[in-house]
Amino acid sequence: MHTITRRQLLAVTAATATGLALSPNFASAKAEDAMAVLDKFTGGKAPAEGKVTLKMPEIAENGNTVPLSISVDSPMTADNYVKRVVIVAEGNPRPEVATLHFSPKSGVAEASTRMRLAKTQNVVALAEMSDGSFHMVKRQVKVTIGGCGG
Amino acid sequence: MAKSKPRVKAPKTAGKGDIVTIKTLISHKMETGLRKDKKTGDLIPRQIINKFMAKFNGEDVFSVDIDPAISANPYFQFSMKAEESGEFEFIWVDDSGDTYSKKSALTVN
Repeated sequence: MHTITRRQLLAVTAATATGLALSPNFASAKAEDAMAVLDKFTGGKAPAEGKVTLKMPEIAENGNTVPLSISVDSPMTADNYVKRVVIVAEGNPRPEVATLHFSPKSGVAEASTRMRLAKTQNVVALAEMSDGSFHMVKRQVKVTIGGCGG
Repeated sequence: MAKSKPRVKAPKTAGKGDIVTIKTLISHKMETGLRKDKKTGDLIPRQIINKFMAKFNGEDVFSVDIDPAISANPYFQFSMKAEESGEFEFIWVDDSGDTYSKKSALTVN
């Protein structure tokens, strides 16, 4: 057995670390598709964490109809409001779920709907504010019975 | 397909400045276009409600661009700040271009 030099060991460790750091994006081709949809939405701008809350059950027994509630922390005034929120599912046959358009008339940036989830996966909500900034949140939902038909 | 029937739950009265909550639902199978006919193996064509709009006195309050991942009988709950009396109009559009609408009056005290 040949000995591993300290330098080689560092190189391997660094490579592994890089791999791990990238892995959330490369978990499946679908996750990449989802990222592509989000990139198109933001125009490549990196979204910040926080401000957006995505409420979904931790375990969804029936993937055909999974309740989802979105709220974004915003005063919703004429010069500071949430313009749009895009919802993306990383593990569905198609990542797009819906785009919600808010207005200052909304009063609060809150909405609920029901969505389909094919399998256990991450759901991402990305909000575009009126000042051009982006905020996102990601949530994993475990699905017992998938809901995208045969 | 059975004709889609929209249903809306919106308050009739509100105080000025109140945030009112509106719930809407329309009966629709939301065919994803990804399912196959069990007998023939052919894909069943996509047929979904692809757009929902909520207006108040003609002004946009809330709208949704809908993809097939939204469940059958699409349901939306959202809010509006009540500033003046007027009329809500809710509009749903499906893939074949059919539109469904419903109105609801709101009196602001």
